Amino acid sequence: MNPIVSIENLNHSFGQGALRKTVLTDINLQLYPGEIVILEGPSGSGKTTLLTLIGALRSVQEGSLKIIDRELYRANKQQLIQIRNQIGFIFQSHNLLKCLRVWENVSMSLKLHKDIPKRDRRSRSLDILSAVGMGDRADYYLDSLSGGQKQRVAIARALVSRPKLVLADEPTSSLDSKSGRTVVEIMQRLAKDEGCTVLLVTHDNRILDIADRIVHMEDGSLLKN
Amino acid sequence: MKLYFLKSLRSFLQVNKPLAWSQLSHNKVRLAVAMTGVAFSNILIFTQLGLRALLFDGITLVPQNLKGDLFLTSAYSPTIDFGSFPRIFLYKAAAVEGVASASPLYIGTGNWVNPELILKQPTISEDKKDPKKVNFFPNRVRILAFNPVQPVFDLPEVNQQVDLLKIPGGLLFDRLSQSQLGPVSQIYDRVGHVTTIMDKRRTSVVGLFSMGSTFFHKGHVIMSDWNYAAFQGQSKLKNVSVGILTIEPDADIEQVQQRLKSSLKDVTVLTRSELMEAEQNFRAQFPEGKILNFGAVVGFIVGVVIVYQVLYADVSDHLPEYATLKAMGYSDVSLLRVVLTEAAILAILGFIPGFFTSYGMYSLLVAITRIPLVMRADIVLQVFLLTLTMCAISAAIATNKLRSADPADVF
Repeated sequence: MNPIVSIENLNHSFGQGALRKTVLTDINLQLYPGEIVILEGPSGSGKTTLLTLIGALRSVQEGSLKIIDRELYRANKQQLIQIRNQIGFIFQSHNLLKCLRVWENVSMSLKLHKDIPKRDRRSRSLDILSAVGMGDRADYYLDSLSGGQKQRVAIARALVSRPKLVLADEPTSSLDSKSGRTVVEIMQRLAKDEGCTVLLVTHDNRILDIADRIVHMEDGSLLKN
Repeated sequence: MKLYFLKSLRSFLQVNKPLAWSQLSHNKVRLAVAMTGVAFSNILIFTQLGLRALLFDGITLVPQNLKGDLFLTSAYSPTIDFGSFPRIFLYKAAAVEGVASASPLYIGTGNWVNPELILKQPTISEDKKDPKKVNFFPNRVRILAFNPVQPVFDLPEVNQQVDLLKIPGGLLFDRLSQSQLGPVSQIYDRVGHVTTIMDKRRTSVVGLFSMGSTFFHKGHVIMSDWNYAAFQGQSKLKNVSVGILTIEPDADIEQVQQRLKSSLKDVTVLTRSELMEAEQNFRAQFPEGKILNFGAVVGFIVGVVIVYQVLYADVSDHLPEYATLKAMGYSDVSLLRVVLTEAAILAILGFIPGFFTSYGMYSLLVAITRIPLVMRADIVLQVFLLTLTMCAISAAIATNKLRSADPADVF
C-alpha cells in the first residue's frame, strides 16, 4: 500500500546565520490510507511546524516530503496551493466565517473543487452536516452555536470535499471534555467511513485511545515506540 | 410553476452569493458607514464639478443655439465677447465655393434698468433717506443683434417673433435671465409689453425667449442690427462678432473649412464644437475652475480614506478567517478579488444615494442661480468611474494587510 504521506530525512530551521535555530531534525514518517495517527509531544517540540510542512503551508527546506505522491520539496507556490486543495484542515480555533451561514461555511471548501457542480454544493454540505449531527443547524449563523458545535462545523468543512488527508491541530483544546470527546469520535467515524488518513496533534491525553498509532515528538525528532 | 421558478432562483442565489457581499452585509452598521462615506464623497465631487459646470456651461449657450455649420471669429480675440472683425470678411466668405450664406451676429453689452424701478416713481424724500443707495455695478445684459432678414438663431421662439424686432427700440428678453434684471417676464405676461431703459434709451420688450444666463452675463436680449446701431452707434455694424456660415447641402464641411482658412486671413474658421471648445478654453484659464477642480480632488481623497478605513477594518477583523481560506487552498488572487468586489459593491451602493442627493442639489442651484445646470451623462459617468477608481485604490491599499495573512500562522 502506498503511503499518503511519506517523509524522508526532513530537516527544518528558522532564522538566518547566527540566529539559525533547528526545529526539525531527520524526520522520517509514513502515513497510510485510513490511518489515524496522533502526534504528541511537549510545547516547542516542533509538532506544529511539522504539521504546517505536511499541510503545504511552508516550503520544505531539506529532505523529501511527498503528499499523495507529489513531492513538496522545491514545489512552487501554485503547486503548494493545489496540494492544499486535497487536504482537510481542522484548527485549534474553528476559524469559520461569521458572515456566512453554517452550510455556506461548509461549501466554501467545495468551491475550490471545480469538478463538483454548483447545484450539488448545498446537498453535499447538508449531508456532511447531518453526519456531524448539525443537519438541523445548516441555515443558522455561527453566533447561535456553542464551541463544540462550531468545531463540528469545522470538521464538516474539512471533510466535505472527501480529502484523502486531514490535518488537525489540537481540535479539542478549546472544548470541555464531553464535547471534545464527541468531536473526536465524529472525526474517527468519518475517517473510517471515508477511508481518509488523519494526523492529529494534541496535548489532550483523554483522546489518545482513538488513534491507530501514536507518534511522540521531542526536541524536533520523532521517538520510536 | 411560479413556485418552482422562485425555488430555483433561491437556490441559484444560495450558490452564487459572492463572499464579498456576505462580508459586507453581515455588519450592517459598517456597510451604512461605508455607503455614507462614498455618497458623501460623491456629493463633494458632484458639487464641485457642478459649480464648475455652472461657471463654464453657460458660456457655450450662444454657440449652441446658433444656426449654421461654420463660424468666423476674430483671429486676435480668445472669445466672441471681446473681439470682432470687419464685415467685409463676411462677404468674402460668402463668395467661397461651398458656402451657401453668411450672416453676421453682433455681440455687445448694455446697461439694463430694472423696469420696476421706473414703475414706482421715487420721491425726493425717499432718496434723501438712503443717500448711499447708488448702484455702482449696474446690471449689464448681453446684447445679441442680427439682421432680421437673416435670422441666425436656432430658437423657434426667436424666429417666430423676428418681425417684432423691426419695431424701433424693441427687443426680445430672455426669461431665464437673473432676477436682478427685474420681473420682466412676469410683467410681460401680465401686461403684454414692458418698457424700460437700456443704455439711457427707452426700450420696450416686445417678446420673450428662453436661453439661460451665465456666470458672466446676467441675461440676454436679442435686437435687430438696425436697433443695435441706433443704441450704440452705426460704427458698431462695421465689425462683426461672429460670422455664421451655412454650407451647400452637398459640400464637405472640412473641405469648405480648409478653403475658407486659406482664403481668409485675420479670422478663424471654426466648426460649432471648435467654437464651443474655444469659448470653454478661454474661461478655463480663470482660476475659479482650478479651485473647483481642487475641491473635487479633495472629495476624491476623502472617499479613498473612508473606503480604505472600512476595507482595512474588514480585512483585519477577518484576518484569521482569510488565513484559513488560504490554508484551505484559496489563492491570494481569489481573496484579493473578494476585497476588490467589496470595493466595487461599496462604489455602486454609495453612488446611488450620492447621485440622487447631488441631483437634488443641482436643482437647488438652478433654482437659486438660474444658470442652466443639468446632470450631464458624461459627468455622471465620470464621477461613477472616479468612484470605482477611488474604491479600487482603497482596496489595493487594504489588500497589503491581506497579503500578510500567513496560513502557517493559523495553526
